[in-house]
Amino acid sequence: MIQMIDIRNAEKTFVMHLQGGISLPVVRNVSFHVAPGECVVLSGPSGAGKSSILKMIFGNYRCDGGVIGVRHKGDVVDIATAEPRQVLNVRRDTIGYVSQFLRAVPRVAAIDVVAEPLLAAGVVREEAQARAGVLLRRLNIPERLWKLPPSTFSGGEQQRVNIARGFISDLPILLLDEPTASLDAANRAMVVELVAEKKRAGVAMVAIVHDDEVRHLIADRLVDVTSFAAAAA
Amino acid sequence: MLDVTVSSTAPTVRAPANDEPLLVAENLGKSYGRLAACRDVSFELYSGEVLAIVGESGSGKSTLLQMLSGQLTPGTGSVSYRMRDGVTRNLAEMGEAERRFLFRTDWGFVHQDPAMGLRMAVSAGANVGERLMAVGQNHYGKIRDTATSWLERVEISADRIDDAPRTYSGGMRQRLQIARNLVTEPRLVFMDEPTGGLDVSVQARLLDMMRTLVSELGLSAIVVTHDLAVARLLSHRVMVMQGGRVIETGLTDQVLDDPREPYTQLLVSSILPA
Repeated sequence: MIQMIDIRNAEKTFVMHLQGGISLPVVRNVSFHVAPGECVVLSGPSGAGKSSILKMIFGNYRCDGGVIGVRHKGDVVDIATAEPRQVLNVRRDTIGYVSQFLRAVPRVAAIDVVAEPLLAAGVVREEAQARAGVLLRRLNIPERLWKLPPSTFSGGEQQRVNIARGFISDLPILLLDEPTASLDAANRAMVVELVAEKKRAGVAMVAIVHDDEVRHLIADRLVDVTSFAAAAA
Repeated sequence: MLDVTVSSTAPTVRAPANDEPLLVAENLGKSYGRLAACRDVSFELYSGEVLAIVGESGSGKSTLLQMLSGQLTPGTGSVSYRMRDGVTRNLAEMGEAERRFLFRTDWGFVHQDPAMGLRMAVSAGANVGERLMAVGQNHYGKIRDTATSWLERVEISADRIDDAPRTYSGGMRQRLQIARNLVTEPRLVFMDEPTGGLDVSVQARLLDMMRTLVSELGLSAIVVTHDLAVARLLSHRVMVMQGGRVIETGLTDQVLDDPREPYTQLLVSSILPA
């Protein structure tokens, strides 16, 4: 079985130089894998390191040890040791990250924020915008808002724009960081449907979900992060 | 550091057409008397990449930019650049005329103070057209058409083409300076605090415009800034300088969200929340 993500003994410690150099071990011995079409949900209490693990897979947090193997265009790239350029290539062609917060770029219209990953992948503008429109409609963003920059939107609307941006791509790996937090029931159900579509398309996903019902609906497997806890011994 | 939102806002790097670096800096250094302004700087810049050099005043970032752009002779080390014909040349081994030609055509340099990059007393159209003439264009009508379309691209109304930049606002001057630089379709643009001295709302507009242009034109850029928000929005990679040395380097979002060095942690934690 080809794994899309294969993590072995990954670990992470923060050293806080402004607080007298104290060490904050976050996770240790993180080992799990994710197959195509599978959604693995990380479970464990707040502060157990779930978000840090997602950020390590995306290359946003550095990894202090172990291997984070990601299948990228037929090869395996170790994100823990990859050059910045390689990580950028992996993000363009392989891994998408959906967080609950949108880091809005000033003055860019919502529809363009959503369409951007497709444009970067070489899809022509008309098609990219058409697909962005379909997703925005499914996530109940009224069409009159599409031409406006999302920085003027409500928190919930921004979150849905971000979800649309995350799900629009055809990337083979998606990392979902609480995509349904604070969404209403209808939009939550839509995210569950989008995840199901991605599974059918063979996308490998790692998710953090606090909502029990959503977790039950999308998880193929749970990975308990408490077993990776690197408590300061 | 623990409470951040991950997302890459920098323009996506296009697939490299050529896997040779565009610019290579090796062991660059410069001392003024006993003061080492810049020491042991080595890196490679690839096509389509935007590199931010961050650090506070006196950290050596401007000295470094001057050496990289051939305006200051390095005390130690060298800079090489892959020319349009694919041949990589050491800047120090190029003649002055050749280096100046490179500077006027394949490179751009955006100064913090637009008055340094523009000719303030001649029209906006002439400011943009001058660089086109430097690459051999001599058809007045075509030069004017190109200048007009570039003014529109940087959101300056075409009916201001005959006005001199001294009649422009600060933000407009900076946009004109960018148009003047990009009109020759350079492959590499150096920027020295491009948003410094502008109002915040003007900065946002300029940043958005630069971000779009960099991504549409597939430009490579080296941006010196003390503003981490500028680095986050524009750059793929960042180098943090302190006391003339590069103390930390990596993916922009990684360095800003998971800073490792004490000084970088201080810089990141010093940002005032909006």
